Amino acid sequence: MSVDQQSIWDPDVDFGTPAIRDAESVTQSVTVTIDGREVAVPEGTSVLRAATEAGVSIPKLCATDSLKAFGSCRMCLVEVDGAKGVPASCTTPCADGMVVSTQTETVRELRRNVMELYLSDHPEDCDGCARGNCELQALAATVGSAEVRYGRPESRQQVAHPQPVDQSNPYFAFDAASCIVCSRCVRACADIQGTFALTVEGRGFDSRISAGGTDFLSSECVSCGACVQACPTSALQENSVVELGMPTRSVETTCAYCGVGCSFRADVKGDGPDAEVVRMVPSKNGGANEGHSCVKGRFAYGYASHQDRQLSPMVRDSIDDEWRKVSWDEAIAKAAEGFLALQAEYGVGAIGGISSSRCTNEEVYVVQKMVRAAFGNNNIDTCARVCHSPTGYGLKQTFGTSAGTQDFRSVEQADVILLIGANPTDAHPVFASRMKRRLREGARLIVADPRRIALVRSPHVEATYHLPVLPGSNVAFVNAMAHVIVTEGLHDEEFVRERCEDADEYLAFIADPANSPEAVAEATGVDPEQLREAALLFATGGNAAIYYGLGVTEHSQGSTMVMGMANLAMVTGNIGREGVGVNPLRGQNNVQGSCDMGSFPHEFPGYRHVSQDDVRGIYEQLWGKTLDPEPGLRIPNMFDSALAGSFRGVYIQGEDIAQSDPNTQHVEAALRAMDLVVVQDLFLNETARFAHVFLPGTSFLEKDGTFTNAERRINRVRPVFASKVGMDEWEITCAIGRAMGYDMSYSAASEIMDEIAATTPTFAGVSFARLDEVGSMQWPVYDTSSTGTPVMHIGEFVRGKGRLVETVFVPTTERSTRKFPLILTTGRILSQYNVGAQTRRTANNTWHPEDVLEIHPADAELRGISTGDLVDLTSRVGSTTLRAQVSERMPAGVVYTTFHHPVTGANVVTTENSDWATNCPEYKVTAVQVGVANARGDQSVAETREPADTHA
Amino acid sequence: MALTAPTGQVFVPGDAAAVSVGADEVAAAFEAAGSHVVRNGSRGMLWLEPLVEVETGAGRVGYPQVTPDDVAAVLAGGATGIGVVDEHPWLTSQRRVSFARVGVVDPASVADYEAHGGWAGLRRALSLSPAAVVQEVIDSGLRGRGGAGFPAGIKWQTVLDAASDLKFVACNFDEGDSGTFADRMVVEGDPFTLIEGITITAHAVGASEGYVYVRSEYPHAVAALRRAIDAAYTHGFLGQDVLGSGLTFDLHVRVGAGAYICGEESSMLESLEGRRGEVRAKPPIPAIKGLWGRPTAVNNVLTLCAVPMILSNTADGGPGWQRYAELGTGRSRGTQVFQLAGNVKQGGIVELPFGVSLRELVEGYGGGTLSGRPVRAAQVGGPLGAYVPAAGFDVPMDYEALAESGAMLGHGGIVVFDETVDMARMARFAMEFCSIESCGKCTPCRVGSTRGVETIDRIIAGQDVAANLVLLDDLCETMTKGSLCAMGGLTPMPVQSAIKHFPEDFEPQETESSGAPV
Repeated sequence: MSVDQQSIWDPDVDFGTPAIRDAESVTQSVTVTIDGREVAVPEGTSVLRAATEAGVSIPKLCATDSLKAFGSCRMCLVEVDGAKGVPASCTTPCADGMVVSTQTETVRELRRNVMELYLSDHPEDCDGCARGNCELQALAATVGSAEVRYGRPESRQQVAHPQPVDQSNPYFAFDAASCIVCSRCVRACADIQGTFALTVEGRGFDSRISAGGTDFLSSECVSCGACVQACPTSALQENSVVELGMPTRSVETTCAYCGVGCSFRADVKGDGPDAEVVRMVPSKNGGANEGHSCVKGRFAYGYASHQDRQLSPMVRDSIDDEWRKVSWDEAIAKAAEGFLALQAEYGVGAIGGISSSRCTNEEVYVVQKMVRAAFGNNNIDTCARVCHSPTGYGLKQTFGTSAGTQDFRSVEQADVILLIGANPTDAHPVFASRMKRRLREGARLIVADPRRIALVRSPHVEATYHLPVLPGSNVAFVNAMAHVIVTEGLHDEEFVRERCEDADEYLAFIADPANSPEAVAEATGVDPEQLREAALLFATGGNAAIYYGLGVTEHSQGSTMVMGMANLAMVTGNIGREGVGVNPLRGQNNVQGSCDMGSFPHEFPGYRHVSQDDVRGIYEQLWGKTLDPEPGLRIPNMFDSALAGSFRGVYIQGEDIAQSDPNTQHVEAALRAMDLVVVQDLFLNETARFAHVFLPGTSFLEKDGTFTNAERRINRVRPVFASKVGMDEWEITCAIGRAMGYDMSYSAASEIMDEIAATTPTFAGVSFARLDEVGSMQWPVYDTSSTGTPVMHIGEFVRGKGRLVETVFVPTTERSTRKFPLILTTGRILSQYNVGAQTRRTANNTWHPEDVLEIHPADAELRGISTGDLVDLTSRVGSTTLRAQVSERMPAGVVYTTFHHPVTGANVVTTENSDWATNCPEYKVTAVQVGVANARGDQSVAETREPADTHA
Repeated sequence: MALTAPTGQVFVPGDAAAVSVGADEVAAAFEAAGSHVVRNGSRGMLWLEPLVEVETGAGRVGYPQVTPDDVAAVLAGGATGIGVVDEHPWLTSQRRVSFARVGVVDPASVADYEAHGGWAGLRRALSLSPAAVVQEVIDSGLRGRGGAGFPAGIKWQTVLDAASDLKFVACNFDEGDSGTFADRMVVEGDPFTLIEGITITAHAVGASEGYVYVRSEYPHAVAALRRAIDAAYTHGFLGQDVLGSGLTFDLHVRVGAGAYICGEESSMLESLEGRRGEVRAKPPIPAIKGLWGRPTAVNNVLTLCAVPMILSNTADGGPGWQRYAELGTGRSRGTQVFQLAGNVKQGGIVELPFGVSLRELVEGYGGGTLSGRPVRAAQVGGPLGAYVPAAGFDVPMDYEALAESGAMLGHGGIVVFDETVDMARMARFAMEFCSIESCGKCTPCRVGSTRGVETIDRIIAGQDVAANLVLLDDLCETMTKGSLCAMGGLTPMPVQSAIKHFPEDFEPQETESSGAPV
């Protein structure tokens, strides 16, 4: 197949200063004349930007349109009629009628002289200049500074302040010799990323960029890459650019890590099989990220070409046999024939499929189509089952749509942010930077989380309230918030009456003293007075927005909690405009999309129930098959049925259920019990240990399709190079379907989207062509005149009236006991992603080589545990061993770990408890005991397990 | 010989300049001898320090350059004095407005301050509307004493008109110019005047919080100011409901960390916010977006110290602003506190209405050089000010006249040099000062100052003098026009004035064969 590529690398125009946003000003327009060209711009726009918009290029070095004007380089000086001196055009706002000259002899002379000063300390052997990757060099040619009368250092060693190159970071280096001290890196670190790791040390000519007085790796730097992106010279440069040289072409695509869904420009060198990604550069036009990135998306793409990557189909008769590399035809035939045989012997429902949140909408759509049409049942589920299925359920019940209500940009209008069970600086870092910027502007933050996450207090950010809600008590907490607001009469009576239903019942329910902060204090562990104050702030502080993560959903009452938050938003009228809403921070790049695409056993694409005759009719007609009107099996049901003997074969697309699903022993037993496990993945993952057919998958760099992020934004994924395994994943799925006797085929991924659009009203206006034209769209996109819906439920809810649900708090059955006195909760860390299959195969391991158990000092002392000790972590279902880290972030009685490394086997200890409505596992609450590990006598489960992919 | 018998009270200046020549030891000696010692400020006649004053029936009699060994003689009436200090011609010929109480009052005493007319301006201001206060300051013609000379009342009007629920007053007490010490002396000698001036400003612009940014090199002033602020809180001149007026105003002291650039107002604001002292680009101006992005009245110590007098009625009941406006010349109204330093016989404070000639100050009040050699030049207005040749000393000391002559008033410091001065080295010093003290933000200042030092070194060494003078001139033009703030923008002023007025010092020296600058 051919690789669709954009031709040559064409850097975006840099307007020098950010655009004036509507919200910032009254959007009054002013007209200025620049070098004779008249241009109208919003009031507050800099002369530099206006000139660029008018097509007049003004030289600049310290200015870039991702950062506020700084005014240090003095290259963009201009003359303004009637004004004294030569103001910097970056810091001078346009005034109506202003007449600006950018090319007078005075300013040209000044620019030449300033450039001469720059070059007087810039080495002639600068790498960036040699590479042609240096704004300074390019500008020197523009302004004309042939002679440097002060003299110029010939080599890097001869600059005024020679320093060794800082190569501590695995992805980029800092070479002070090429640095022009423009502070773009420092400003990017502060203003864009919000980490404040970089500073300028010294003053005058001794001023130099410093990572807080230490090297980059030892500093507060989170390796987001914003500084590298901002650097105009090669002082901060990706190692990959140094190793591979400058790119020859670039492709706009979408990151395959978290649910933020950042847009990137993949800079590529070469064509064909030898093509290599030189770097990933965040796109400033990306709707989700607007030019920002994190250490994962920016740098950790090397897994796609890692030696562990499997490129050949493989089969084996028994999981005890060695893998045998075979042709695609043989592998597909074995899978298809095996599935048909199982259905023949055990019935139509004996097989099923699991789709992946990491695959494209098109790939997922095809998998569910294969299950429904070729398998002839509805045994399709997806990994969202184990993360945000309660979001889909809860928001559908209350608002009518299984998705968040806002776009990310909405946070810029929020005045109060309630953050529950989410740790965005680690798990959704690019959105976290946006949130932190708003917090620095003065928005107030309420953090409800058992851990003292970074946002509770970090540079220039401090939560007004940190409410350490105990794991399992979220519903009691959110009810108490609403209780305070309603009983204090602070709820939005008009909104509740006009836009919601079941108001009387709900208001009576929530006002019950049983929901008061005092009544629930024991369950939540939250000081009632603090909770009351927080509730008052939420109700009276202006636009209040709720952001949440898996700390909400992965509970036995996950769906109840989602509805509880919806209630809170509705009773305060915080729905249906910018700056408010209920916003899930979704985990995987396409978890929203995989759910949208009909991955659940009870729903067709667009969240339409399989029992709906009209909907089923659409697909029956199109697909030419009679479809099952009954919901199929959920993942946990598949496991249970497998152990019971009725479910015998499964097709698993890119999900490592043996590592990521709870109660590993149970999952492994179910997998062992099956006759045919088909795994499609990049790597021989944990699940592949139980597989009979392995189908190599494609990385996001090879995919053509779309991902849908947490804000319902449909982003294009474009192939950087052709599939390394010879087939696209949707082709593989179709081939299995065909081999099973059902004709399904497409000539291109775009045809799949066309089918989705034709059958799904919320996607009706979506096509690859339209996405390529407008960049991205947020569903619903009801027709081709729409470019999407950033904010939902304006004026009216999708379901008509919002539904207020009586969210009764029912404590989980998983509680601490004498034997298991601590509660384990789980989470993520910045540098690693999910089960680590990708990030562990990159230099991101520099930051997080192993999972650790965080434990409160009091709990540690009681057990004689010190930081660094190996400890046994035991629940009623299993045990594992990992290293302890004594941490004040934890409240007493709660321990915490991550699940990025298979050797940790965190899910060995998690239980089969799950959400009542959706079976989302209760990862966040497990009663455990912790003790110093015995010397060698008591080997843990995890130690005896042999993680597959480390041995592959 | 004493004119009259001592009444017991002895004044030994606690001013840092006096302390530096032994005033603390002298004070201890008087106390040991049983005297009641008041640590007053300095009268500003620095060549006389420690200038001890003894209270007598006829007034306070001064004894210059007192040592502990002289204490007994002073008390016994056997020492040689300068007579009643208030009658000293060096003082009587001045027009002390901002310095009226400095050296006179006990800087630790609220009551003494009040007894000398203190708080009258604040009391009256609080009875007026903010707009009325601003108008009186506009009408007084008061201009910023930090150097730029911007009309203070206009600045206040901008702050007053800026809509914000939170506004600030920030007092720039980062007095870093060479040859200046008036801010320090007024705060050490009469701190309540500053507090009163700031509080009036707060009322006028609607500020609820104020900050005084003091350089760390001024520990005595910091102590005096903190002590005075505590006393002002105790007596209801600061804090909640100032003097029952409803005004709530809190005043804080912040000490810098040794950077000259933090005397530049936007760097000072950065430093106050806890950041690296780095110049901000303007616009926005601090009056609209200042401290923490809020409207902020940033004023120099001397500006604020003129305010209480402007707001208080004169002895005959006339308006203070009018009396102030009657002083001075042209658009430079009121008095200027000149500071005489360097190679000068009689250094110190000379407060006079604008318009006095530089010659009167240097040769009259200063008495010529300390070395006794002829005066060759004076640098006016700090390290960024021009060198004025002795032949040009008839220039009237006001903003416009000085600007016209290619110089500037700055903060009113005058540093005197005799005929032995090498002006090429002084030019080099200007560039060197900038290279050390530049905040490092803008390129002309950050790199240019170092290149300036190197270029002047080559000139001094006689290398390609003509070409290097052209290069230096280009550089000066680039720094003047291209720099972000006055630091880089004014550094060329001393350099170019030295070249202009003393070209002979930049010519190749035949005796010097080559090379290394000293």
